[in-house]
Amino acid sequence: MNEITITHILFVSTALFFIGMYGLFTRRNMITMLMAVELILNSVNINFVAFNKYLYPGKLDGVFFAIFVITIAAAEAAVAIAIIINLYRSHHSIDVEDAGELKY
Amino acid sequence: MSDYSYIAFIPLLPLAAFVLLGLFGRKYFKTFSGTIGTASLLASTILSFYTAYHYFFIDGNVNGVFQKIIALKHTWLQFSPNISIDMGIMLDPISVMMIVIVSFVSLMVHIFSLGYMKGEERFATYYAFLSLFTFSMLGLVLSTNIFQIYIFWELVGVSSFLLIGYYFEKPSAVAASKKAFIVTRFADLGFLIGILILAFYSGTLDFGLLIEKLTSVQSPEFINISSASFLGASVLTWALTLVFIGGAGKSAMFPLHIWLPDAMEGPTPVSALIHAATMVVAGVYLVARLFPVFSIDVTALQIVTYVGAFSSMLAAVIACTQTDIKRVLAFSTMSQIGFMMFALGVSKYGGEDGLGYMGSMFHLFTHAFFKSLLFLGAGAVIHLVHSNDMKDMGGLRKLMPVTHITFLIACLAIAGIPPFSGFFSKEEILLAAYHSNRLIYGVAVFTSALTAFYMFRLYYSIFWSKEANVHEPNHGEGTLSMKMPLIILGACALFAGFVPFSKLVTSDGAALETHIDIGFSALPVLLAFSGIALAAYLYKKENDRPQKIASSLGELYKVAWKKFYIDEMYLFITKKIIFNLIGRPAAWIDKNIVDGFMNLLATMTGKISVLIKGLQSGKVQSYALYFFGGVIGLAVLFIYIWK
Repeated sequence: MNEITITHILFVSTALFFIGMYGLFTRRNMITMLMAVELILNSVNINFVAFNKYLYPGKLDGVFFAIFVITIAAAEAAVAIAIIINLYRSHHSIDVEDAGELKY
Repeated sequence: MSDYSYIAFIPLLPLAAFVLLGLFGRKYFKTFSGTIGTASLLASTILSFYTAYHYFFIDGNVNGVFQKIIALKHTWLQFSPNISIDMGIMLDPISVMMIVIVSFVSLMVHIFSLGYMKGEERFATYYAFLSLFTFSMLGLVLSTNIFQIYIFWELVGVSSFLLIGYYFEKPSAVAASKKAFIVTRFADLGFLIGILILAFYSGTLDFGLLIEKLTSVQSPEFINISSASFLGASVLTWALTLVFIGGAGKSAMFPLHIWLPDAMEGPTPVSALIHAATMVVAGVYLVARLFPVFSIDVTALQIVTYVGAFSSMLAAVIACTQTDIKRVLAFSTMSQIGFMMFALGVSKYGGEDGLGYMGSMFHLFTHAFFKSLLFLGAGAVIHLVHSNDMKDMGGLRKLMPVTHITFLIACLAIAGIPPFSGFFSKEEILLAAYHSNRLIYGVAVFTSALTAFYMFRLYYSIFWSKEANVHEPNHGEGTLSMKMPLIILGACALFAGFVPFSKLVTSDGAALETHIDIGFSALPVLLAFSGIALAAYLYKKENDRPQKIASSLGELYKVAWKKFYIDEMYLFITKKIIFNLIGRPAAWIDKNIVDGFMNLLATMTGKISVLIKGLQSGKVQSYALYFFGGVIGLAVLFIYIWK
């Protein structure tokens, strides 16, 4: 069987990225949008780890960055959920379409 | 040389009074404010007299020539190493003479106003303005620097504006104050340009240096300014003429005299101080101050001469027809200032030829006394009759004996009857005119005969003419504070002619020998007597002779009565020509083109913003989409196009 090359992995991460992007643009529920953002972040993580493994096998920089991104993602999730809770309190909804007051 | 720095207190005391009364007067010293103003001015006056005594009789005179003394000098603004605006005090015969006149007449007016303005709502404000004026005028005459004189020049203009408009609830007073301000400001524009030209060519603003540089024929500055020419005259002539225009505006010379008759809307003591004795002679003072330079330039001096002589005659003719007593006095002021002007014009610098200069200053000195006396007397009359019009007066001689006698003295003085003060000064002027220009001499003699006529027309109409027609009970002549200045000024008008003026104030500082030539003075005195006799014939008893003469003169009388339609001409030029040809097109351009361009910019910005504001929809996902689109766009740009 064919060996798994970097191209395969990049395909997966690109697919994951665009799935996340699609979710971000089409879903109106903010929790779902948050999940879509997580997908985008994880596609980036896959890229980091893949490049580290295939291009610079002896180093750990890519892995280090992946861990860093996971940490940031956790913090970001905490902030995002706080925003969502506040939005729910003020609008009784977590639909982004309902929070459209900040416009011209 | 003794220390003269105490002179700074002469102008500063009235300034202190102005600040005190202006800030706190209406609240705290409602009734004392007159006393405060008068007291500060009394101190100034005493200092002025002390200075004059010290300067003229102790140490001003070195080897028979009066020196210029710079008592104080402080650089205020330095433009370049040579050009600076200094604030300082200069003493020379004319400035010392002027501080005496200004402080003394101002003191008389302050005292007179204590009675005249009593019970006014804005009594403190009135005294504050009077103090401001006195400060400015004293600063003006003591200036060391041509720019300093300009600053104080504007300050006296402002205080004159404030005092003319003192009764601001009267629309005519408001109009008069605006007129005075605008006309003199217009003239001051000429003055400023003149100053700038002089400063540009001579490289200094200091009077002493300026005169020194522009009078020595070999100096490069003089050669530059007199060889440069503009529109057929040398730049020196232009500069001096422009300076003279400033002086003519302040001194109400034709054709800038139109503000002076209207300025009579102010309180009468103010007219006595500002529009008779002090501020209006500032123009004469300015020409005298720069006289060494003027005396070099024949053309500029001739302009001074002819403008002065023409104004003097014009004003005398108009004065014969006016019925408002203050306006008669205003025109007589204009006429007498015309005398001073042409006396300067016919004079030369130094020695025997400087007679005109000395005569002019002498006339300024005596005129200050008898003209302020006339105005204060008129004020006392108006106070009693409550009207400015001659028709409402008559037969007042028994009701107001003090005013009657002092007014008579002043009339005799202005008519030039010996031994009253006006005779001596007018005599010097006529003599100077006789020796240099017969035409001017003729005009002067004619004008002085007219002066005698219209002054006695005024005198007879007020004090004789008919039986007194004053409502009972009246308050008589007023308080002692109103009578005392009249008596003091009356004494001055009587005796001021005996001051040995030619020994003290001359063009070059050296004493001048003058004597009265009986043969020469006979003609003007006889003419003055005939003028008085004619006035007595027409106005001593009420009769219809004046009416008959007026109707037989017909149009001529009407033209003079209408002041030669000069006001109407000004109105025609401003309203019909300037407003229509310049004002309206300028307004149209401003409204349609300048504003139009601005409006176009605003409208376009508005339209564009309406077009693109839809982008800011408030939908988070569309923002994310734009952002993503932008990133893609940049990526494409950098990867495939830019490389």
